[in-house]
Amino acid sequence: MSSTTVSQPPAPQPAAGGSRPAGTGQPGLMRQILSGSWLVSLLAIVIALAVGAVLIAVANPDVQETASYFFARPADFFAAAWQAISEAYLALLRGSVFDWQATSAVRMVRPFTESLVSATPLILTGLGIALAFRSGLFNIGGQGQVVLGSICSGFLGYALHLPPVIHLLVALAGGILGGAIWAGIAGVLKARTGANEVIVTIMLNSIAGFLFAYLLKQAWFKHTDSANPISATVDSSAMLPPLLPSPFRLNAGFIVAILATLLVWWLLERSTTGFEFRAVGENPNAAKTAGISVSRVTITVMLIAGALAGLGGAAQILGTEGKLSAGVGGSIGFDAITVALLGRSRPLGTFFAGLLFGAFKAGGYLMQAQTGTPIDIVLVVQSVIVLLIAAPPLVRTIFRLPAPVKKEDA
Amino acid sequence: MKRKQLAPLTAVVAVSALALSACGQAPSESKDSEQKSDYKACMVSDAGGWDDRSFNQSGKEGFDKAVKEFGLQESDAESKDDSDFTSNVDQMVQQGCKLIYGVGFNLAPVMTKSAQENKDIDYALIDSPFTDKDGKTVELDNAKPIEFNTAQAAFLAGYVAAGTTKSNKVATFGGMNIPSVTIFMDGFADGVKKFNQDKGKDVKLLGWDKDKQSGSFSGDFDNQSQGQTLANQFLSQGADIVMPVAGPVGLGAAAAVKKKDGAKLIWVDSDGYESAPDYKDIILTSVVKGIANSVYDTAKEAKDDKFSAEPYVGDLSNDGVGIAPYHDLEGDVPDDVKKSVDDLKQQIIDGKLKVESKASPK
Repeated sequence: MSSTTVSQPPAPQPAAGGSRPAGTGQPGLMRQILSGSWLVSLLAIVIALAVGAVLIAVANPDVQETASYFFARPADFFAAAWQAISEAYLALLRGSVFDWQATSAVRMVRPFTESLVSATPLILTGLGIALAFRSGLFNIGGQGQVVLGSICSGFLGYALHLPPVIHLLVALAGGILGGAIWAGIAGVLKARTGANEVIVTIMLNSIAGFLFAYLLKQAWFKHTDSANPISATVDSSAMLPPLLPSPFRLNAGFIVAILATLLVWWLLERSTTGFEFRAVGENPNAAKTAGISVSRVTITVMLIAGALAGLGGAAQILGTEGKLSAGVGGSIGFDAITVALLGRSRPLGTFFAGLLFGAFKAGGYLMQAQTGTPIDIVLVVQSVIVLLIAAPPLVRTIFRLPAPVKKEDA
Repeated sequence: MKRKQLAPLTAVVAVSALALSACGQAPSESKDSEQKSDYKACMVSDAGGWDDRSFNQSGKEGFDKAVKEFGLQESDAESKDDSDFTSNVDQMVQQGCKLIYGVGFNLAPVMTKSAQENKDIDYALIDSPFTDKDGKTVELDNAKPIEFNTAQAAFLAGYVAAGTTKSNKVATFGGMNIPSVTIFMDGFADGVKKFNQDKGKDVKLLGWDKDKQSGSFSGDFDNQSQGQTLANQFLSQGADIVMPVAGPVGLGAAAAVKKKDGAKLIWVDSDGYESAPDYKDIILTSVVKGIANSVYDTAKEAKDDKFSAEPYVGDLSNDGVGIAPYHDLEGDVPDDVKKSVDDLKQQIIDGKLKVESKASPK
């Protein structure tokens, strides 16, 4: 197990100070995170899985039992630990990629499509976060923007009755607009008054949550007579069309996610607007001197970031859920921050990080149901990834990697 | 340099502690496992999780008891958010479960759909009827709703509270304004009102207006400090008995109530004297909901192939709901109030007194 590697005492590294990117005046946290290499991301995942393995073993009742007589018969302990860990991770794999123990061929391949389903809102929202990161804005408000996207798209989905295609487009547009406006509030406040976008977006998350809870009590909003805070069901004309027949849940939302990834890539890497975004992200003062309007960029970035997050919320409602309930947004907005960090705020990186987290989510269901491993393990693995991504020097120290000589380019 | 010398010492201490705890005897190899039934019972939580000190936890307790006593195979899944429901229930179907429990109204649409698609599996839904996609109640041969008319028990608790208060003000608040919460608050409000009518008193209820169906809510079932804030507000307005209907948020309220001399708490769902022992000296009584028993009974019927889709409605008459003993605060409740509560309970069971709430099971 690679966990043995983790336990090695870190040797003092004289070059520790050299881990900050060379040639820059202000090595901020953001720059540190962004300059982490692909290798660091990969190793972070490995370490996180190793930490998860230890926890799986600790949480397992058989392992606990064998640990009580460890010295009498240590083999039992290692056998039980190995069995617990391998079963859990194999179940995670079977639930997210390919289930070779399933009863039918359809059920065997379904897990992979489920990973894509879970990944869709994460990718879309993650792109929104990543775009803001690249432009020097910490958009912590993904959750609120997802909620607004869900509210608007869901409401338009069941309150209006339009012909197919048009209805879907209207609902999607509603989601985009909802998210964009919500993030735009933070953008305008930042640009006009200098209000810290971290604080404002976090506050807007809470406001969105309570707004949602309030709306779900209003009969005019939820279109049902039931007293429970669950809305009516979205018309089938507004649902994202399925790509495969039932029991598959894969829908056109995933195509939207692919298109959005390409669009964001083009925007950031190939367009003048994107150049301005990145320039402001690198150094706002220099960008200002070069004649770029920082406040205009701030507002535009937040609008686009919110639009993407809103689209993520819309994909969740119009793709799989089909109705609004208080917890429908889950923690997409916060998971998406991790996704963007793991993807080093690059569009393609975010896409693959979203797939990984989607796989964790989809695999977690089987892991929990079959092996009884607490679902929280998945959360721990994700959290450890974030921790390590945010501290590339730590990963380098663990694996004795050399510090990067200069900031590499994407 | 001191730290460097300490490090090995700490390690030695830690290792020896581990070693001591690992010196037990190995069990003999011939430990044959008990013959397990091939009946598989399964349970899916709502977003609260198994440790919510509320209905998920009670449900799980009954489930675990049934699994252990009947030697059933089991599988359970904890949901983290609403998008998990579909996948978790689907997993249970794939795991070959014969009986699937869902906890909470949030699971109603998903459970109903699954029940319609898998006629050979039995379903039981706690705290809600099965509903179709428009929120209308549906009846299925393989789907048993398990509901509770908690208003009846909360009515008695309201009466006790009104009869025990010294300040003539009692209070309640909820986690969210949803039927499974407001049913407690409606009953509580009616109990206070009944006391006022019977004894010609004017005990005021803070935090809930039954006619307007509006009142104080913490907004979720997690934020304990919000529970503390709300309870402190009520205490500063002169209330001396508080009933939080908000799962773990109630613990925050309990902390606030404990700091105030003479103030008391009414717990909900389980007997707080046992489930929240830190606060047993301030718990006047509890509005108990027999979720665990109903889950256990359903499993018992189902494994013997006697599953019936007939709704279970827990009320005072079948001890599905009730109020817990007064325990340490027995002496604080006036004797005539105790007697009236017993009379009222009998009247409700006999149908002479109707306790109504918009949220009561139909």
